[in-house]
Amino acid sequence: MWIENARKILPAWAKNGGDQTDVVLASRARLARNLQDLSFPGHASEATMKEVLRRVEQAVNAIRADHSPLKLTRMEDLPLLERQILVEKHLVSPQHIERPQHRAVILNADESVSTMVNEEDHLRIQAILPGQQISEATAAADKMDDLLEERLDYAFHEEKGYLTACPTNTGTGMRVSVMVHLPALSMIDQTRRLLSALSQIGLNVRGIYGEGSEAYGDIYQISNQMSLGRTEEEILYNLQTACAQLVESERTARDAIVRDSKLQVEDKVWRAFGTLSQARLLTSEEALRLTSDVKLGTDLQIIPDMKSIYLKELLFVTSPGILQKIIGREMSPGERDQYRAMLVRDLVNPNK
Amino acid sequence: MLCEECHKRQAVVHFTKIVNNEKTDYHFCEECARQKSEELGLIMKPHYTMQNFFTGLLGADTENVFVTQPDYDTYKCNSCGLTFTDFRRTGRLGCGSCYEAFNDSLDPLLRRMHGASKHTGKVPKRTGGTLRVRHEIEALRGKLAEAIRMEEYEQAARLRDQIRELEKDQA
Ligand SMILES: [Zn+2]
Ligand SMILES: [Zn+2]
Repeated sequence: MWIENARKILPAWAKNGGDQTDVVLASRARLARNLQDLSFPGHASEATMKEVLRRVEQAVNAIRADHSPLKLTRMEDLPLLERQILVEKHLVSPQHIERPQHRAVILNADESVSTMVNEEDHLRIQAILPGQQISEATAAADKMDDLLEERLDYAFHEEKGYLTACPTNTGTGMRVSVMVHLPALSMIDQTRRLLSALSQIGLNVRGIYGEGSEAYGDIYQISNQMSLGRTEEEILYNLQTACAQLVESERTARDAIVRDSKLQVEDKVWRAFGTLSQARLLTSEEALRLTSDVKLGTDLQIIPDMKSIYLKELLFVTSPGILQKIIGREMSPGERDQYRAMLVRDLVNPNK
Repeated sequence: MLCEECHKRQAVVHFTKIVNNEKTDYHFCEECARQKSEELGLIMKPHYTMQNFFTGLLGADTENVFVTQPDYDTYKCNSCGLTFTDFRRTGRLGCGSCYEAFNDSLDPLLRRMHGASKHTGKVPKRTGGTLRVRHEIEALRGKLAEAIRMEEYEQAARLRDQIRELEKDQA
């Protein structure tokens, strides 16, 4: 029962779809934009932030009248838990909910495109889609940008391009990224070498929880470093090429481990499955690590008939805010571990 | 305080030169300080950055020249009031005009970060001015050269017309 309810709030990126889903979990494109003649949010007065919000709201109302349904939600109108859930759905950043005053998010119908208002920049337009859909995500963000830009005057400089609060985003204001799952490469100790090669060609590599975080569950985020001096197409192409190579390497590594150490891989996968299907307490890190192994098992068809378990779905329902939403009340971390284990058991043994 | 040379930009380099017990105070913006340095008997390093600019000043004529730290608190954006000290602390600019105000220091920074300092991507319709059309003309010129190389003359003629049309609109 709860599974159906949880699926109703699943964000677009956590659902099925896209290409190369055995390796690429999700694709994201982000554009940073600011309004002309108004201070950036980090340096703005309350009145300026209000004015930004007023202009953006006006633009959104006009877009809504002509086009698709868009919904603008003010952060301060949301209870804490709902804000937390927006973060866990990757629709807003953790910084965006810390100080909710004069901050907002604009969502489209399926929540694949979200725009933060008054985050580090006046506008942070973002599109996340499942699987390898970098160009689709870029196109979606670009379309939202066009709609807003028709009605708002952006801070733009002939030579510097789109002006942003942080100089690392100046120019195109564009950051594209893919979330990839590389368990086989990490088993044969090749991730570090590959990922450092990526940084040589201007790509950034981070763990799943952002800057400097460990790569729990062998999940990595790869994104472009530079935003100035190259076109959007060039930035996109660079990431697409690197992503294709990563997918190729990971698949080769999976073939190799199945060929050379089939029994060890099977053992690892089934142990993970055993724990997930029986555990009474699960921290989010452990759940993520084990789910990563089980996902490898389903991709390699070691575990047959496992259609009901998906890494992203499990990732999603086991995050603290979502978990409390599903259970319907606030919980202590210890209680969360207990309920997390319960939900995971339900997901893994659907016919129980 | 304004630069005593150009009277336009903020003075950020303040120093005193003492020759034969005669003291002279100078207040320049970064750009003018660079230009005046030779005249004042100072040697500039070829790769100019804020940091080695000042060590260059110090190293050249330490006995006669006293250099105070640049006054980052008065090196500021007049639109939003952000000082360069603020920027150095937070790494964030205050508004779009900061890019002009701190251009001398930002340009080398952008080069280091991006390996480039000139935007070649998307241009907004409303505030992009004629840049959008100029980018389009440039792209069409590239296609035209390619068409001529491939001896696709009909295509080349079409492209040439398109370019003329855009150039006419611009004029
Ligand atoms: Zn001057
Ligand atoms: Zn400013």
